Amino acid sequence: MRLLRSVLLRLATTAVTLLGVAVIVFFVIRVVPGNPVAMMLPPGATEEDVARLSALYGLDKSIPEQFLIWAGGVLQGDFGTSITARQPVLALVLGRLPATLELSVMALVIAVALGGVAALTGTRLRGTRVEGGIDVANGMALSVPDFLWGLVLILLFGVLVPVFHISGRVTPSLDLPFTTNFYLFESVLRLRFDLWADIVSHMFMPALALAIPLAAIIGQLLKQSLKETMHLDYVTLSRTKGYGENHVILREALPNAILPTLTLVGVQFTFLIGGTVIIERLFSYEGLGNMAIEAVINRDLPLIQGIVILFAVIFTAVNLAVDLLYALLNPRLRHA
Amino acid sequence: MLDGRAMVRRRAGWRLWLSAGWLGVLVLAALLAPWIAPKDPLAQDLFLGRLPPFWVAGAEPGYYLGTDSLGRDVLSRILYGARLALIVAVVAGTVTCLLGATLGLMAGFLRGWADVVISRFIDIWMAFPPVLFSILLIAVIGPGLGSIILAIVVIDWTRFARVVRAEAMAQGAMDYVASARVAGRGRIGTMLREILPNVLPTVVVLLTLEMGIAVIVEAILSFVNLSISTDDPTWGGMIAEGRTSIHQAWWVLVFPLITLFLTVLAFSQLGEGLKDRYDPVLR
Amino acid sequence: MSFLQIENLSVRLKDGAPLLRNVSLAVAAGEVRGLVGESGAGKSMIGKAILGILPRAAQVTGGRILLDGTDLQALPPAERRRRIGASCALIPQDPLTALNPSRRVGPQITDRLVDILGWARPRAEARAAELLSEVQIADPGRVLRSYPHELSGGMRQRILIASAFAAEPKLIVADEPTTALDVTVQKQILRLIHDMQARHGTALLFVTHDLGVVSKICQRLSVLYAGMVVEDSPVRDFFAAPGHTYSAALLAATPKYTDPEASLTPVPEAVIAAVQAEVAEADRRAAHG
Repeated sequence: MRLLRSVLLRLATTAVTLLGVAVIVFFVIRVVPGNPVAMMLPPGATEEDVARLSALYGLDKSIPEQFLIWAGGVLQGDFGTSITARQPVLALVLGRLPATLELSVMALVIAVALGGVAALTGTRLRGTRVEGGIDVANGMALSVPDFLWGLVLILLFGVLVPVFHISGRVTPSLDLPFTTNFYLFESVLRLRFDLWADIVSHMFMPALALAIPLAAIIGQLLKQSLKETMHLDYVTLSRTKGYGENHVILREALPNAILPTLTLVGVQFTFLIGGTVIIERLFSYEGLGNMAIEAVINRDLPLIQGIVILFAVIFTAVNLAVDLLYALLNPRLRHA
Repeated sequence: MLDGRAMVRRRAGWRLWLSAGWLGVLVLAALLAPWIAPKDPLAQDLFLGRLPPFWVAGAEPGYYLGTDSLGRDVLSRILYGARLALIVAVVAGTVTCLLGATLGLMAGFLRGWADVVISRFIDIWMAFPPVLFSILLIAVIGPGLGSIILAIVVIDWTRFARVVRAEAMAQGAMDYVASARVAGRGRIGTMLREILPNVLPTVVVLLTLEMGIAVIVEAILSFVNLSISTDDPTWGGMIAEGRTSIHQAWWVLVFPLITLFLTVLAFSQLGEGLKDRYDPVLR
Repeated sequence: MSFLQIENLSVRLKDGAPLLRNVSLAVAAGEVRGLVGESGAGKSMIGKAILGILPRAAQVTGGRILLDGTDLQALPPAERRRRIGASCALIPQDPLTALNPSRRVGPQITDRLVDILGWARPRAEARAAELLSEVQIADPGRVLRSYPHELSGGMRQRILIASAFAAEPKLIVADEPTTALDVTVQKQILRLIHDMQARHGTALLFVTHDLGVVSKICQRLSVLYAGMVVEDSPVRDFFAAPGHTYSAALLAATPKYTDPEASLTPVPEAVIAAVQAEVAEADRRAAHG
């Protein structure tokens, strides 16, 4: 019963947050000087044409009215029509979503792997120069944002040592047999590993750029957490049973050290997803972020709204998932 | 045990000096740009386009770091670009800090309605993808230095607010605050005189971090061509240009990138160095 | 023949501060030996040195530890660990922090048996249930499946005791096992340890600052001051007539319910000065010798 109440409360706060996001973005972009419709028409357009098109997109009504109309549509699943693409916003946005999701997840996996290895190595070799080196590398990776790492990677592996692709999601000339837009996932399901390799070689650089700052955070936090855990009595007791250092770190300390790291990683993951906006632009990756920038440049109001709302939904979903995961993994909470 | 602490102090030393040093050089470069820049940063000369830096064959004397596609001197543009970067860093960083810290202090210490409203605001704000939001803002209010600063403040005030709120709540629960209240200090008075000094070290470290972030946001905005409205050189703009001609003229991308990289690194290491040096717990 | 023989063991911190000064100790098979002294005297350190869990900042600078005739220091690290794991065990001080909160209790008892000694899992689990009954835990099956936080402090200490006896060790180091418990529970646990030791015939090294406990279950005791053994006697002789002025003062300082006023006598300055002089003398001899 108590669980149900907290879940409902959570959903209620989430709804308020999303509403707040919707309101803010809606009003912010309508403060625009200049009529976006005017941008779409040829120079010789008359006042009438502008008026007609404005009416078509509902831009002639007052702002609160427009919001209510739009909100009403949203609740029925209609996010409006894109001004530039002349297609339903929802379809466009959901079409690009898989690309960004795959990129984000790949980045997360890389970050966890890199950060985990850094933390475990630093713990295993604590007190040595190697640990010092890991700390320095971590500090640097932490201070530099994904945007710069992206540029560095483009220079290193796109120009200097051209191993990976630095543009696009997949080689354009390839024939893609996919039914969904989850290219990476589907290529594995269909056992088309040639396609998989091509996609990965396009995704790896942007994913790595996104991953580096998060990997540094994970590395630092986990190492700190491990260090503290290693001092605890149950770890020492385990040593007296005859277990070596590796077992003690991996099987006794790690499962306990992970929990505190989890919540922060969850929040940082949402930042990572936000970072896809500029990274996708940098690597010309056809995802949601890239579409967002285009939409802003073209003043495509409905599309902008749709994308911002979707990002907000993703963020809140991730936060929810992290809290759930934490509750699941912490034996104290699970059996409460 | 003892080694670790001595080591931290020593490390804090060189980190602080190196980062402060680089930033000092940058400030000098920005201030003295009109005098030390070898060429006019805006002067175009298509015959001198895409010249390599001085140590590569085909370079032209005087253009030490080469030229871009329009024949503009890279070094001069970097020096002038430092002006914008530093102004943005200091102004945007400070304003964000003031706004965020104030709201955080109010929320954390006064609690009640202030906390509820501000916290809700923070949650909503953090649901926005920051880069997208800033791009959106600039697109809406138009380019320009003021817009950039506003955009940075608007998207990043939550960073200060959350941290200061947490600190204020923690401090507010402490005994010295209770004694101040018993002694008759009003709430605002207590907030300012007792809590603020204890929150200050954290805020200062965040401030240096924020400056680095401000530089990056500006660079990203220039990259997508939504920064200032004039032709004044920006590091981000140079990077955007360099990205397109990366195979033919790598130097157009590399040098502003290195400068930006070092600057962001310097700001954050400055913060870390300050934290190590002045963190009362570590001492 | 002593199962445990410590000869001139010296342990120092990396920065030079001595933790154990030339400690010599012999524990026969099945014997219960008390290690007493004030906090920081080094009694826990001896146990840690034997079990190979000295703090990272500390290192052995001299002497030998012989377990059943084998010099532990001379063994390669992996073999030493295995030897200790198979023949020794620790009963830790604080039951609230000595169990891994993320694992169920059962595996924490059986892991040593399965991984280090190579037992089959069913056999190990049966043994664990058997041991829990021995330490008077009702419903061993449920307890084995529980997580530590679901159990009380006293229950957890019983589990730790059971776990220590699991591999039928020849030597158990009990590091102040009752200090962290409620007074009401202390007596029960003490009795339990005593009974288990008698039943299994294990040698027990009992670290404590409480002379009362020593008088109840130990056969011999060693008194430590600043990492040095100042007395090593049978318990009966000790309580009749302590062999060292410091020990005598320690005994006199133990609160007695029968004579509260008389027993609040701290160790006199003169005695402390005398024993510190002994320590300094020992250091001087060690530096020159």
